[in-house]
Amino acid sequence: MAAPSAVLQSEWTKVKSVRSTVWTLTLALLLTVVVSGLICLAYRLNWSDMSAADRFTFDPTNTSLAGLWFGQLALIAFGTLLIASEYSTGMIRTSLAAVPQRATFYVCKAAVAAGLTFAIGIVISFVSYFVGQSVLSGHKTSSLGDAHVLRALIGAALYMTLMVLFAYGVATMVRSPMVSLGILIPFFFIVSGILSAIPGVKKFAKYLPDQAGQKIMQVVSDPDNHTSYGPWGGIAIMGVWVAAALLGGFVLLKKRDA
Amino acid sequence: MIELQGLTKRYGDKTAVDRLTFTVRPGVVTGFLGPNGAGKSTTMRMLLGLDTPTSGDVRIDGRHYTQLSEPMKHIGALLDAKAIHGGRTAYNHLLCIAQSNRIPRRRVDEVLETVGLTAVAKKRSKGFSLGMGQRLGIAGALLGDPEILMFDEPVNGLDPEGIHWIRNLMKGLAAQGRTVFVSSHLMSEMALTAEHLIVIGRGRLLADTSMADFIEKNSRSFVRVRTPQRERFKDVAHAAGHTVVEAGDGAFEIQDGDCAKLGELAAQHQLVLHELSPQRASLEEAFMQLTAESVEYHAHGAVTPGAPVGAGAPQGAAAPGDQPGDQPAGQPQWGAQWAAKKPKNQKKGR
Repeated sequence: MAAPSAVLQSEWTKVKSVRSTVWTLTLALLLTVVVSGLICLAYRLNWSDMSAADRFTFDPTNTSLAGLWFGQLALIAFGTLLIASEYSTGMIRTSLAAVPQRATFYVCKAAVAAGLTFAIGIVISFVSYFVGQSVLSGHKTSSLGDAHVLRALIGAALYMTLMVLFAYGVATMVRSPMVSLGILIPFFFIVSGILSAIPGVKKFAKYLPDQAGQKIMQVVSDPDNHTSYGPWGGIAIMGVWVAAALLGGFVLLKKRDA
Repeated sequence: MIELQGLTKRYGDKTAVDRLTFTVRPGVVTGFLGPNGAGKSTTMRMLLGLDTPTSGDVRIDGRHYTQLSEPMKHIGALLDAKAIHGGRTAYNHLLCIAQSNRIPRRRVDEVLETVGLTAVAKKRSKGFSLGMGQRLGIAGALLGDPEILMFDEPVNGLDPEGIHWIRNLMKGLAAQGRTVFVSSHLMSEMALTAEHLIVIGRGRLLADTSMADFIEKNSRSFVRVRTPQRERFKDVAHAAGHTVVEAGDGAFEIQDGDCAKLGELAAQHQLVLHELSPQRASLEEAFMQLTAESVEYHAHGAVTPGAPVGAGAPQGAAAPGDQPGDQPAGQPQWGAQWAAKKPKNQKKGR
């Protein structure tokens, strides 16, 4: 068996030696922070027009992370390119010739991606949170010491990590970067949002990976958006989706000719 | 040592590799020859555990590739120059492979030096020429200092200087006692590097022989003689100890004959000669003849039946175009067989 520590080191060298890593992760940070800041600004500017009920259910923590809806697209690109670029360039043959134990290869690559995403995710969620709070200051804000705020911020990093792993699993199944992005980006950017707005479908849409996972970022409960699961239940539902995608990717990687 | 045992790969009902059994031994360069689409690359991919054989077995030093924990220390392979992420620098490309097999970092610098890419080590391989890509691939193969090296069409895209370099590299590696297994679709290239030859066509083993034997068997030289006094010439030549073969178009072929001596012999007996020409069947022809039946993709019309083919039909031979139904004048009728696919008729002509 190839030593996992050696393969982890190799995968770490791989991930940090391509520009797409820097680009996608920087974009994830910028998109999340800027869009979150703008959304907070919109609330600040319209604060006086909001009803008392709306002010009561307004969630300053969740709102300061709202840009993640955009930022996750860059994370999906990161998760996809990790493996799909190996297929599109032919590097996969070199990789699998060097590490013929495909399980080791697959798990180590996922572990490096997960570790890096979680670290960057913590940075993204905290920066985004503090920017949001400073924009909202003087109106309704939260602080790190408030109940559930830390859970929401660390949960956001967890959500980002799971999103990258989901993309990684799907990309391993379809192999092509274009096909993978062509499925994932419209799904999370458009389809998921549309489904959650259709009355009959709405209650099923809540079990989609992104909708379930986002629950962990909610601090103030919104009676209009009631779910049968709690924040950890939501992340667990997302985890099941991710596990299925990863398993699907692994079965195909193991079975197929490279 | 690489051992194949009944190795077979089928894609649907198409058999790409058909029950291949052979052994690649250390200390010599073994050429793996076959026309495009013969199954060379598929065989090599199965060897590296990239493709799973439909049946049969292939072992590296007695073990399956996937059982090797640090395979690059056993076998280094250049599959194709494109198996590289172009966004990564040459140095980082080699480093990430080296790390996965616990190969020390200094080997990266060493192999870059060996293949002459030190100057562009920090450049992204996207901008590399095909030749530079090949060199980077070869560097990757050398990283683990393996006992077995495998190169798939290594001279592709290299300039003459690069071709010369890779030939010497392969010979040098074999001279150190390593196993060197190199594929090509060019016989002429193999003749210069390989000592042993494995020829496949349509996935089947066609020959497993030493290069010397192959040359001896296949590159026969002979003298073609055309004379109106056929019977007398035959007697005279026989008497002088020559073996005379009827070529089938009225000409004679004298194996290992010498033009000067045959000319003098004819003059001595006052025989009229219409043709006296030295002939040599090239290795390339021998290879094409061997694989003619199994060529996967060929250009119809490039070789038409009756057209003169190769060295076997030099000027001076009866223009075959004048007699459309006739056999080509020369000895190698592979071209005719190839395009006409009427082997039975071919044999009748002989």
